[in-house]
Amino acid sequence: MAISPPAEHIWWHQPIHREELIWIIVAFLWGLVMFFMMIYWHAFGQQNLSNETYRITPEAFAAKTQAMIDTYQVRDDNGIPVVKPPAGGDVYLMGRVWMWYPHLEFEKGQSYRLHLSSLDYQHGFSLQPVNINLQVQPGYEMVLTLTPGEAGEYGVVCNEYCGLGHHLMVGKIYVVER
Amino acid sequence: MAVTSDTIAVPVSSKAARFRVCATTGLRIDLSAQTLIKWNAVAGIVFLAIGGLLGLSVALTRWPAVHLLPAEWFYLALTAHGLDVLLLWIIFFEIAVLYFAGAVLLSSRLAAPRVAWAAFALMLIGGLTTNVAVLQGGSSVMFTSYVPMPAAPHFYLGLVLFAVGALVAVGVFFGTLVIAREERTYQGSIPLVTFGALTAGIIAVFTLASGAIILIPTFLWSVGIVNAIDPLMYKLIWWGMGHSSQQINVSAHVAIWYAIAAIVLGAKPLSEKVSRMAFLLYILFLQLASAHHLLVEPALSSEWKIFNTSYAMYLAVLGSMIHGMTVPGSIEAAQRAKGLNRGLFEWLRKAPWGNPAFAGMFLSLVMFGFLGGISGVVMGTEQINLIMHNTLYVPGHFHGTVVAGTTLAFMAITYLLIPLIFQREVRFPRMARWQPYVFAIGVSGISLFMMGAGTLGVPRRHWDITFADAAFKFDFPDTAYLMLGLNGLAALCAALGGLMYVIIAVASVFFGKRIEEAPVRAGIKPKIAPPGAAVGTYGSAGTLHVPGTIVLVGIFFIAFVLYYFVNWKYLAEVWPLR
Repeated sequence: MAISPPAEHIWWHQPIHREELIWIIVAFLWGLVMFFMMIYWHAFGQQNLSNETYRITPEAFAAKTQAMIDTYQVRDDNGIPVVKPPAGGDVYLMGRVWMWYPHLEFEKGQSYRLHLSSLDYQHGFSLQPVNINLQVQPGYEMVLTLTPGEAGEYGVVCNEYCGLGHHLMVGKIYVVER
Repeated sequence: MAVTSDTIAVPVSSKAARFRVCATTGLRIDLSAQTLIKWNAVAGIVFLAIGGLLGLSVALTRWPAVHLLPAEWFYLALTAHGLDVLLLWIIFFEIAVLYFAGAVLLSSRLAAPRVAWAAFALMLIGGLTTNVAVLQGGSSVMFTSYVPMPAAPHFYLGLVLFAVGALVAVGVFFGTLVIAREERTYQGSIPLVTFGALTAGIIAVFTLASGAIILIPTFLWSVGIVNAIDPLMYKLIWWGMGHSSQQINVSAHVAIWYAIAAIVLGAKPLSEKVSRMAFLLYILFLQLASAHHLLVEPALSSEWKIFNTSYAMYLAVLGSMIHGMTVPGSIEAAQRAKGLNRGLFEWLRKAPWGNPAFAGMFLSLVMFGFLGGISGVVMGTEQINLIMHNTLYVPGHFHGTVVAGTTLAFMAITYLLIPLIFQREVRFPRMARWQPYVFAIGVSGISLFMMGAGTLGVPRRHWDITFADAAFKFDFPDTAYLMLGLNGLAALCAALGGLMYVIIAVASVFFGKRIEEAPVRAGIKPKIAPPGAAVGTYGSAGTLHVPGTIVLVGIFFIAFVLYYFVNWKYLAEVWPLR
């Protein structure tokens, strides 16, 4: 029994039953499939992270964001600037308690280099209803290239707990036709 | 207490310890080990009761129609819930399991009982300190306490004390193994269940050390001695504790599956070699799981993420898939040996479903595989994590592993520990029959409905997805609200099952009918030690067929493959990212 010492002192010499062996081989091969699937997706899939990251201070990131706002602001949403940066350009979005700043407007089908960082605690960039979720860290500037698929109004929900006002933190991304 | 070479044949020191002989199993039980098992298990159950109640309040707050707690209380309750059930309930009970698998199963005395009591005191003081910090209100930082969000210094201090206490207790377990070997309380190799417990113990060292390594500097940061803690470094090392502690659970509950199958049905592993190698895969690869929490993080390369998140090509998953076959396989073999040979599934139909230990164990096995296991591997795929990270899918997954898997297995073994260790009859046997089913139905609902809400993008750790007070809103689909309502109902069902468990356990331990025992003696060989020739043949190729188990793992495998590729399809529909 499993609660008493094995019958054979050297349990290594016990034979493996064929049905067990087949399952082990199947499970092992399935593990390889899953492993190489991730690598395959880097080569042929459309949804991958760039791994481009820089160290940055909150002040420096806030300054870059403000420079973008000053140049490309098109209107405002109850006091939050809405920015429409040129297609293909750099876009800055910062998380801080408890807002995403600024709001962004993209053109459908164009690519944007999105820079994400936090000014204080960790935040979670959760683009809904597309359902893209990224961690936003203070001190790190994460860069990825995003290509909006459909026009519409999207919410940026914070999905990393960031204090008692966490549930108030919703930003906006607008996608318009070209 | 050292045993010199000329006295080794006569274990002098073991006479110093007081033993009794269990009338049911014939195991020789060290009385100080027995008391320590009792108190660690009782402490665990108390924290389960508190943490479970907090969990119910969280689920009822998430149910938009009820929305029980105000925001501050919700975040406080969620922090305490994670702390009390994920850490305190599980580690206290695990220490009880380690002492059981070390001292009781090996018929040995426990090493250094006084040190074990000191460990217990440290764990208790630490656990209470952190609970106090949370209840004082200034430390609603969630169980993970990600920096730079600050908690009160005693929040971290309590966790450090708890980790150190648990580490000492694991040391007592290792010492017990050494003593049992030196005093020859058993012949040959240690039993498989003890081997599994040893796996849990080894992983626990890595885990608790990671916890101490990151929480000590964080404590120093909270009192102003250290300037800053890098948030990414914190996360990487913290999850060396946070995720690896779940691997202690896996090792411990798999050991319990084998133990219950052995005690209730006389099941013997199909092959000792296969089952032990599967445990060894856990030791070698499970620690890489910290990466599961860092897949959409900046600064880490995809190469690092892919290697670590897959436990080096899924070798630890392989371990679990092996146990997922060998545990039901050993049950099938034992049942068939008793003549339950008709068709594919007579062995399963005629299993002791009315015995809560067996029912809880089998439900734990099935739900751990189908709910927790599959979802964990899918969510832990580097790119698929993009559509799941920090959504309610995450708690949906780990309620499938830690609650449906570990907690249910721990509940199941309690029904065996009550007569064996507490020497009491189980009170309310009819309620006990139903308890595993009520709990399992509730937990599977919690797991499935949270995963459902998570695939719709509902965030975890979030007080109000209607965004009633927010400056800007996002409307989640009606289905998300339905999922959260169903989650609330399922939580009520699980809480009822948990309450039944606590009532049965407490009533049995304190008011159960005493089981009369043989007088306390020393130096008696356990009854169940040498397995007979019949069970000895399980592992021999050609004598054994487990077709029912093959069908069960086949169903599991098909579900796994389909669900895996469906999620790649979901990912492919998301906006292109690079």
